[in-house]
Amino acid sequence: MSSDLATPATRKDASAAKSSGAREPVWRRAARWETGLVAVLIGVLLWASIKSPTFTDPSTAFYFGVNTGYIAVMALPMTFVVMTGEIDLSVASMLGLSASMVGYLWHHGWNIWAAFAVALLVGVVGGALNGVLVARFGLPSIAVTIGTLTLFRGLAEVLLGSLTIPTIGDRQFPQWLTNIGVNSIPGTQVSWSMLIFIVLAVIFGVVLHLMPLGRAMVAVGLQPEAAQFAGIRVKRMKFWLFVLSGLMSAFAGILVTLQQASVSYNVGNGLELTVVAIVLFGGVSIFGGRGTILGVVLSVAIVGSLQMALTQLNVSSDKQNIVTGVLLLISVIVPNGGEALRRAREFVRRRAAHEPG
Amino acid sequence: MSAVTVPKADGGVVLTLLRAREIGIALLIALVVLVTALHNSHFVDSNSVQQLLSGAALIALLGVGETLVIITRNVDLSVGSVLGLSAYVVGDLFKYHHIPVWSGFVIGTLVGVAAGTLNGFIVTALRVPSLVVTLGMLYVIRGIDGVIVNGDRIDPESIPNAFTAVGYRTLFGIPWLAIIVAVLVAVAGFAMRSFRASRDLYAIGSNPDAAALAGVPIQRRVFSAFLISGTLAGFAGALFLALHTQIDNSGGIGYELSVVAAVVVGGVAIFGGSGTVVGAALGALLLNTINQALVASRISAFWNQAIAGALLLAAIAFDRWLSLRVTKSLRSAEGAHREL
Repeated sequence: MSSDLATPATRKDASAAKSSGAREPVWRRAARWETGLVAVLIGVLLWASIKSPTFTDPSTAFYFGVNTGYIAVMALPMTFVVMTGEIDLSVASMLGLSASMVGYLWHHGWNIWAAFAVALLVGVVGGALNGVLVARFGLPSIAVTIGTLTLFRGLAEVLLGSLTIPTIGDRQFPQWLTNIGVNSIPGTQVSWSMLIFIVLAVIFGVVLHLMPLGRAMVAVGLQPEAAQFAGIRVKRMKFWLFVLSGLMSAFAGILVTLQQASVSYNVGNGLELTVVAIVLFGGVSIFGGRGTILGVVLSVAIVGSLQMALTQLNVSSDKQNIVTGVLLLISVIVPNGGEALRRAREFVRRRAAHEPG
Repeated sequence: MSAVTVPKADGGVVLTLLRAREIGIALLIALVVLVTALHNSHFVDSNSVQQLLSGAALIALLGVGETLVIITRNVDLSVGSVLGLSAYVVGDLFKYHHIPVWSGFVIGTLVGVAAGTLNGFIVTALRVPSLVVTLGMLYVIRGIDGVIVNGDRIDPESIPNAFTAVGYRTLFGIPWLAIIVAVLVAVAGFAMRSFRASRDLYAIGSNPDAAALAGVPIQRRVFSAFLISGTLAGFAGALFLALHTQIDNSGGIGYELSVVAAVVVGGVAIFGGSGTVVGAALGALLLNTINQALVASRISAFWNQAIAGALLLAAIAFDRWLSLRVTKSLRSAEGAHREL
């Protein structure tokens, strides 16, 4: 029933898919954002291999995974959230809160698995708080999640203060667990966190692109009212997406704990903007309704390998910041390419017309 | 007629008062100050009050520009980076080129003008969502800042005394910094009420399509809003340097979110169309007062951020509740009017 009703809402989308599949010329079909990302990725990899002699070492792939894995894990639920036209800026703070919770409980003698479970639960509760405020009370997600960004990081600070866990007198984290954070999967150069990301990316991709739930997210992002009338439970969907985002961020917090084998309250400070940048560079529209998991995965690969290469080349983190920012700007300017150029020219002409002589 | 029935419909003298958001925030500030002062009389020492006002002044100044931008349904996340870059550039010129004191303020402001122009151009001429543009600019400008700083640090000895005086001098016990910002807020507040161009900003934020049909030059107005936001951020950078008397590459990191928080607490709707610069400035003062109050009370400093976050959420939720009540009361008043 509801899927019948959903047809009008997704028609725009369906017809777009049809036309891109059948009618449009090949060059047009190839000129998708993802194709551009593949080209950029190849370019980055070639450039890096030529410039940095160590880039082609197998260990590069491993360190790429270690440095990028836990950030990439947060990019997946963020994609869903942005897809529906919302945003979650609290992810990095939730990562910090979850890691701090693990550290706090470990410090107080808890079993590590129980600590993990509580940390994940904290993620669900924090995500539910975002979800209730956004979906139930209709508050703007950008404002709400700036609030919870501060709140979650603040709670992390309350838990650990200036301590770094394990501190003097504490047990070390179980060795075999922290090995997961710093060792690769035996016989490969793939880090465990990267494997986890890849598995999750496949699941998220299937949900978004092949399941009714994913199509519903697209519909909500394109036209929330129409989606509502089509029988999609918009509020409920948004609520659960925020819960998912909280849970995954908490999970990323556990990953980062394993990787660093120590925790302080400010771990991952400021990462929320990196995650948003990755998602947007992956071609997900900030207005919702447009984007693919493939694009986000490619974006992770580009941003991560670029960062590896620049670090190997001793390029300062400041210049890396510039690169991140420029990528982000390109990601919004290029898709509007011709349109934007025409507008820019018009703008300049109008300005020139205002100036006498 | 209906204007008379509106307050009656929901018994709302209180509601009407609360709608004037500024009064509510001012009362809240007074309450926080009173309660904290009862616990710890040092809280109202002139020294700590001056410190509080100076700190709030910088956020309030950024908040003025941010308010203009948010009213048009945009956002400027680059203000913290612009402030940091401007502050360092001015400090660098003092240290290595011994520029005159007055030009420090001019150059700082010009850095902001350049950033604001670039933001405004990309957003309006290329029609790109401002959240993404200014997020990109946050990184780019912070990166440029870092490249210029290159591990250096400007120390108080390198900055002329006449410049830092702006940061520490007071008039009748009120820091110059706070007076400068208060004057700017008052001017901006007056302008936002009185000029056609500024009313256009509200029209754009309330309903862009209607504003376009009404002949509002949307792109030009939005461009101006970004230009003003950048300009004020640049000026704030010079003031930041005068206040802190030292600068490295970390000045103003994270300010963008504090500013947005202050503006939202100050009653500016994040989706545009309503709010005042005075409200935003009071929002900045309230958040800073609360922070200082937490320090002054013997609550562990570790709680500061958590409480600030909870208060921010409460403010947003309260705002929503209020606007729902107002809408309801307006509706029922309208209904009653129609029945007549």
